Amino acid sequence: MANTKHDVIIIGAGVVGCMVARLLSRFKLDVLLIEKDSDIGMGASSANTAIVHAGYDPKPGTLKAEMNVAGNRMYDQLAGELNFPFERRGDYVVAIGAEEFVKLEGLRQQGLENGVPGMVIIDGADVRRREPNINPDVSGALWASTGGICDPFAVAVAAAENAVVNGVTLLTDTAFQDFIMEGTRIVGVRTNRGDFRSRWVVNSAGLYSDVVMHKAGLRPEFKITPRKGEYYVFDKAEITINNVLFPVPSATSKGILVTTTVHGNTIIGPNALEIEDKEDRSITRVGMDEIWQGALSLIPSLSLRYSIAEFAGLRPGGNAPCANPNVKYDKDFIIEIPKQVEGLVNLGGIESPGLTSSPAIAVRVVELLKDAGEKLEEKPEWNPIRRARPRFRDMLPVEQKLLIESHPSYGRIICRCENVTEGEIIAEIHAPVPARTYDAVKRRTWLGTGRCQGGFDTARVVEILARELGVSPLEVSKKGKGSEFLVRPTKEKEAEQC
Amino acid sequence: MLKEKYDVIVIGAGPAGLAAAIEAKKTGAQDVLVIERAQELGGILQQCIHNGFGLQILKRDLPGPAYAQRFIDELAGLHIDTLLDAMALNVTSGRHVSATSRWSGFVDLDTRALVLAMGCRERTRAQIALPGTRPAGVFTAGTAQRFVNIEGYMPGKRFVILGSGDIGMIMARRLTFEGAKVERVLEIMPFLTGLTRNYVQCLMDYDIPLQLRHTVKRIIGNDRVEAIESVQIDEQRQPIPGTEEIIPCDTLLLSVGLIPENELSRKAGVSLDPVTGGPFVDEKMQTNVPGIFAAGNVVHVYDLVDWVTQAGWLCGRNAAEYAISERKRHGRRVKMKAGDNVRYIVPHTLDKESLAESVQRLQMRVTLPIEEPVWVEVMNGEERVTRKAELYVRPGEMVNIDIPQSAYDAVQRASELSVRVIKRQGG
Amino acid sequence: MAQEHRKFICITCPQGCALDATIEGGTAVKIEGNTCKRGVDYVAGELKDPRRMVTTTVRVKGGVHPLAPVYTESPIPKPRIFDLLAEIRTIELTAPVKFGDIVIKNALGTGIDVVASRSIAAKSEGS
Repeated sequence: MANTKHDVIIIGAGVVGCMVARLLSRFKLDVLLIEKDSDIGMGASSANTAIVHAGYDPKPGTLKAEMNVAGNRMYDQLAGELNFPFERRGDYVVAIGAEEFVKLEGLRQQGLENGVPGMVIIDGADVRRREPNINPDVSGALWASTGGICDPFAVAVAAAENAVVNGVTLLTDTAFQDFIMEGTRIVGVRTNRGDFRSRWVVNSAGLYSDVVMHKAGLRPEFKITPRKGEYYVFDKAEITINNVLFPVPSATSKGILVTTTVHGNTIIGPNALEIEDKEDRSITRVGMDEIWQGALSLIPSLSLRYSIAEFAGLRPGGNAPCANPNVKYDKDFIIEIPKQVEGLVNLGGIESPGLTSSPAIAVRVVELLKDAGEKLEEKPEWNPIRRARPRFRDMLPVEQKLLIESHPSYGRIICRCENVTEGEIIAEIHAPVPARTYDAVKRRTWLGTGRCQGGFDTARVVEILARELGVSPLEVSKKGKGSEFLVRPTKEKEAEQC
Repeated sequence: MLKEKYDVIVIGAGPAGLAAAIEAKKTGAQDVLVIERAQELGGILQQCIHNGFGLQILKRDLPGPAYAQRFIDELAGLHIDTLLDAMALNVTSGRHVSATSRWSGFVDLDTRALVLAMGCRERTRAQIALPGTRPAGVFTAGTAQRFVNIEGYMPGKRFVILGSGDIGMIMARRLTFEGAKVERVLEIMPFLTGLTRNYVQCLMDYDIPLQLRHTVKRIIGNDRVEAIESVQIDEQRQPIPGTEEIIPCDTLLLSVGLIPENELSRKAGVSLDPVTGGPFVDEKMQTNVPGIFAAGNVVHVYDLVDWVTQAGWLCGRNAAEYAISERKRHGRRVKMKAGDNVRYIVPHTLDKESLAESVQRLQMRVTLPIEEPVWVEVMNGEERVTRKAELYVRPGEMVNIDIPQSAYDAVQRASELSVRVIKRQGG
Repeated sequence: MAQEHRKFICITCPQGCALDATIEGGTAVKIEGNTCKRGVDYVAGELKDPRRMVTTTVRVKGGVHPLAPVYTESPIPKPRIFDLLAEIRTIELTAPVKFGDIVIKNALGTGIDVVASRSIAAKSEGS
């Protein structure tokens, strides 16, 4: 593979990289998507609030605002083509007390300027009727009907699968190290798995997008400062908040939400802590206390007793000024083909609302390539549809019956809390973007995310992964090399004692 | 071949389910079915290879699998149907059960009486909100036990165990036997939460240090656990600055409590006690839904399997009687109320007539340990119905008290009985 | 003769009585805190010849599980536990294993047998 020359190499298989790959798979191009982790979407794409933002938050005139609103509009078609869970159920910015209520109109005006349709300000009584658990001091809310929720990893993996089925090559465990340059022209990338040559490289490296562009000598002042957000997940049998509830935003953050998810669990979070370490997804006592206090101001009746999981994600926040000099804003997205080097599509600082923006960013990348003289010829055989695989727990008993009759492995429940079957796990292990670790199976099937958090399924999934991948259980890992579950057979002596 | 309608269906083939099925059949139920999610009968006992089972009811000290085997053999001789490697997906208040397995496909069954015996699950890292990274190498003690004893793999080399529950202490010894190093057992409470004998024979015997009032402050390591940071806590369970310690290890085992497994019960409309996490039951182990019974750790977490088996017997007998005669409740009931230093009492209510038939046993857990002689007293307001002396009480060990038949008249006068555990001043 | 006080926790049954023993010349002359006679025997045993029941697993070839749980029929001397475990680690049974099968006869010359605590069916007959 190292000898073939690709047309485009995409660095980073987060939701942005996957969307770009999928859109490029539409054209007669040889596309290689490389990912440093063991699976796609392991960064910001899979640990966030799972919201498709309406677009009233970003500052008008910024790229963020434009991409947000454009991306949001694309989600219905995208969800239809790629068959990922998406619900356009609208969202609320909830004002507590008179002072906050005044700010809602400003937010609405900002939304109008950004081109967000379907916003209305409702009064406190109306909010209480729609969300009975809300803080009784609620004074009103901005209701944005185009807000939605999705499963963000499902979005990324569906796009990646569709790309792969349409001819894109995906290489995981493949880390970018440097560009291969001929003068000012990029002709390939150097990775831990060898050199790969190409005419174009797309930097969609997320948290590492600054490192990648610096290797090309670009924007030395650009810096990604990871902003950690921590979350609690609640047992869906115990706590049911059926809405997406934002607080009135502060200058720096959209604030701590209480929101439902497409899986039915209520989640709360995130806080926003700027850190230096790009891999530090640890959960902190201080952070958990902060989001807990924040969530209580929206829903005072929440109880930590019913928390079943905590996680943290890192937003790849950048410091790029808005391209429009009339707009004072210094945390904008970068989407450009820079003049200083040839052969690079440079993306950077794609933080929230990056998930919402990702399909629009992919469209912008294609436009930029066309502007740069790339003759993008459509493939007649391109298939935009990625079919959903059976999901046992969402089926009616009669459908479950038929499925088990034809495929008995769907009759064996492996995760008792979420009712995930062996058939679903096997299907994911052999999917176009295969699940090869426990966490990869978990992200795809939602197994192990319930009350017992894998207590019951772990041993069984390790066994199934080993069997289906044809490896020893000792090689089965949680999230890639170095995270294996087991160290040796019970009856073998400890190495030190031999 | 499965039937469409049973007299008694038992969900779960652990000690409670096995005993319930056996007793239901012996009591006269014709068609009895046990549904079990594992590939074999016995439930969690199959991975509890340590001894200590059977001392109370079999008068023998048996390992878990041997204890289970006695009941599995008995069941096999009774023509009881089993559906293994299967999951009950739904049960209704009308006692309709849907289940699925690779072998049977999706099955719809009806039963005259249903016994819930799903046992319990372990509390997880998330439920105690342990800070830090999320690497491989954090296991509940039971999951590790399954790997070591059944699957045949060690989940680590150097362990820290959080929680002094029985499974945690037993795993400490088990891992030591297999050549691993157990660095420490940390317990957030100021007292042991498991049985004292396990402290002696699992920790003391092998010089494994136990630190009370200690917890894990954070987990360290990105791919695999590299260390944990422990910290001492004060009376208010707040970390004491300066007491932090980094303990290098590759695995953290959690033995931080068990929760009755009642997702199915909920679907059937069974009301749950927020204190035990299990159904409210009467002296027949019947829930609020007529014809649905519950036994074992699904009701409350027991300390000894012997009591679980007894509860299974009681439950199976009553389920069979219900199936045969659809016997209704008498209706005159007395409520049980947890008094001083009692966390909960099972059963939650007693039929006032039940004492005419037999002694009635109450089982409870105390809130705090009292390491001196106590009275366990059953009270009707200020009137003492019965009492029992204990030399001490500990949260890790259940307390039993029998209401004798001679208390029949006293119970008739009561609308509520409270139980308290108080110091026996002056002996 | 000098008297010594030692505390024990009786592990004979789950009650776990806290025992206070008065010891003279290596024997307990007085024991308090026990609720039954077994407490007296326990202290005597701990002083002269402490013993523990050992439960572990042994490798099985061709079984539905790779291991069979085993136990010592009666408690063995505490200092011999790790020797016994080492010996057990060298053994491999062949399925089927039957509950009660003797895995090691007269283990380490103690006169005590190591016995299988459950049956392990051979792989083909199990599934």
